[in-house]
Amino acid sequence: MAEARAVAPGLFTDGANGPRLVAGRCATCAKPHFPAASICPYCGADGCEEIHAGPEARLCLFTAVQTRPPGYRGEVPYGFGVVELAGGLRVVTRLTEARLERLRPGLAMRLVIEPVFTDDEGRPIVCWAFRPEEA
Amino acid sequence: VRPVYVTGVGLHPFGRFAEASVTSLGAHAVRQALAEAGCGRDGFQAAFCGTVYSGVAAGHKVLTALGLSGVPTVNVEAGCASGGAALALGAAQVAGGRYDTVLVFGMEKMPRGMIRSSFFEPWREEAGLAATPAYFALRAQRLMLESDVRLEDLARVSAVFHRHGVDNPHAMYRKALGVEEILASQVVCEPLRLLMLCAPNEGAAAVVLSARPDGPGAVRVAAAALRSHHAGSVLGEHTPMSGLAEEGVATPTEMAVRDAFAEADLLPADVDVVELQDTDAARAILSAEELGLCRRGGGGRWVREGGCERGTRPAVNPSGGLLSKGEPLGASALGQVVELTWQLRGAAGPRQVPGARVGLAHTVGRGANACVMLLAR
Repeated sequence: MAEARAVAPGLFTDGANGPRLVAGRCATCAKPHFPAASICPYCGADGCEEIHAGPEARLCLFTAVQTRPPGYRGEVPYGFGVVELAGGLRVVTRLTEARLERLRPGLAMRLVIEPVFTDDEGRPIVCWAFRPEEA
Repeated sequence: VRPVYVTGVGLHPFGRFAEASVTSLGAHAVRQALAEAGCGRDGFQAAFCGTVYSGVAAGHKVLTALGLSGVPTVNVEAGCASGGAALALGAAQVAGGRYDTVLVFGMEKMPRGMIRSSFFEPWREEAGLAATPAYFALRAQRLMLESDVRLEDLARVSAVFHRHGVDNPHAMYRKALGVEEILASQVVCEPLRLLMLCAPNEGAAAVVLSARPDGPGAVRVAAAALRSHHAGSVLGEHTPMSGLAEEGVATPTEMAVRDAFAEADLLPADVDVVELQDTDAARAILSAEELGLCRRGGGGRWVREGGCERGTRPAVNPSGGLLSKGEPLGASALGQVVELTWQLRGAAGPRQVPGARVGLAHTVGRGANACVMLLAR
């Protein structure tokens, strides 16, 4: 089986402590952002530091995508939403749960890395997602 | 600063036209607007074309096809607000005295189905994080959590605009839809149903702007304000991957409407008729809240009390809105200007808002871009 590849580099890590999102924090205004960038999207200062965010989060908003959007080769339906991490960072994310009756605002969520589709060379392409803590 | 007047308008109906090129759609609208303004080959000194998907020098191709090339010509892309951005640029040239008359037009031939946008990096598409209706759905859910908006209100605003659209011969959909029918339509992304979403489509609109109010139908451009977003809102139209929990970031629409009234010698209470962005039913209600047509958080009550009806003041989307007309990106804002010009002239036929003297046009979308224009008779 071919080795899994991240959907893009630099978005998340999956080390001994489990998965983390790679976010950025501005050295000048201290505001966090994701994905990590060297220039702060809030104040324009250079020299943002990378921080690891997660794995815990709270669910803010959620829906289920029923038909494949352009450029997407994964399964449908899939969950899609916004979660809030420590420090007030809100992130747009896939959700492992597309059965909306199992989701509610404020639900405790946990970061996971999951396969989204298999590329033309047979490699699983993985992305981060959040799953309900209680599931 | 000189006053600026709309002295001619033209429109190619919004819909699907398999046989027509985007150039021919634009040419149709431009020719109509120039004829109405009594504007010949040498009658305008610059042209501004709003379009998103039309490719290289699309506006130049329209003027070439009509034998009208030679003037400075600029193609303007600002997402859903492209036409408004083109008008804002053109109006500033006339107001500032550089040109006496400019041509502003917008056109589009949108691909079918879910909008594919080069705005998103390829990995976001591959990850399923570039699904435009899913972002609309999250915004709808947020509105339902933070405002008094219920699912039935989303259906009702769509039903009202579709009822208005029946009277618009230039709209793509001219069928009245009931609240129950809308609620029963296919769920695209919960809570949004298919009949709560507008369709990307094709069309064109054109406007001649002049420093002189030539002809009996001239309408004054009282303001054309364009704004982009401030960082912070995770569901902002700039569709970021992240935002912050703190509230209170002014939206592009809130900034643009504030700028528009500051620029104009008009007050919000002067507005008789509004054409607002309704790419989905929740966007329509949010637009009303952001524009100040109702209080923040009061959009549900606004719908239930008939605030979105043609018969109330201000009348909202008498054209049927984008839900009825469809959305040809580059043409949609100028389509609003054409509709409002007809309204202020008293020439809107069965859609006429009686005695309308002041109109407000609003578009917002990808970028993020928002445009608010005020027209007055």
